[in-house]
Amino acid sequence: MTDILFYIFAAITLISALLMVVSPNAVNGAICMIICFVTTAALFVLLEAYFLAVIQVLVYAGAVMVLFLFIIMLLDVNKDTSDLLKDKMTLGASITGFTLLVILIGSAFAGGQHLPETALLPVIENPTGEGAGIPFTTSAKSFGYSLFTKYMLPFQVTGFLLLAAMIGVIVVSKKHSENS
Amino acid sequence: MTVGLNAFILLAGLLFAIGMFGVILRKNTLVIYMSLELMLNGVILALVAFSRYNGTMDGNLFVFFIITVAAAEVALGLAIIVALFRLRQSVMVDQLTSLSR
Repeated sequence: MTDILFYIFAAITLISALLMVVSPNAVNGAICMIICFVTTAALFVLLEAYFLAVIQVLVYAGAVMVLFLFIIMLLDVNKDTSDLLKDKMTLGASITGFTLLVILIGSAFAGGQHLPETALLPVIENPTGEGAGIPFTTSAKSFGYSLFTKYMLPFQVTGFLLLAAMIGVIVVSKKHSENS
Repeated sequence: MTVGLNAFILLAGLLFAIGMFGVILRKNTLVIYMSLELMLNGVILALVAFSRYNGTMDGNLFVFFIITVAAAEVALGLAIIVALFRLRQSVMVDQLTSLSR
């Protein structure tokens, strides 16, 4: 059952990502991007990363894409995006690069030297052990535990980075007055 | 679930490839930026899959940090795009060629 769900969600993710890239209207692209993010969250659920699925929907599909849609509609740049297929050089270059990258990725999975197939490990419901390797759990409790023990410094640095980004946005978007 | 790790990694790689395709193909800075987000999305899908199949929590925590940094990056990048539009009245990369003249 979950296998079928994986194939359905993978197909929707890839199709909506391709539609985002090739759609001439930026607003339609943003909507396709939201679909792509939501189906990626569904894949996270299949991987039993429930907390990350919620974060993905809230932060990516919610905050980030709403910000994108807001800026797209604010700038209103949809009037001059009609010549997507006119530039033959760019089209040829991008299709060549895409094909080469797909061949490179596919060569890791097809042919004689493909990657070894691994099986799913059992999920531990209530972690008790402490130490270097934190075992995979489905509970949000282990996130908090890891964030405040093993990843304390990256957590603090990320908080400081958010503060720096906030100040940076204010500085960048401030209008410079003529007389100063 | 009998779907292996390879299927997830292949999907993540294809998402990354589609994102790169968009970055090269498109002229609109906002769509290029969305394609960059798509590449990040492929990477975090690969990290979550590795974390699940390895049985450790570290990949999930990396994804947590990546999402946080990506949110900050989007806010700052869109502010830069708005400032660029205010200066040049355009966000098309083929019209932003003042350094090449």
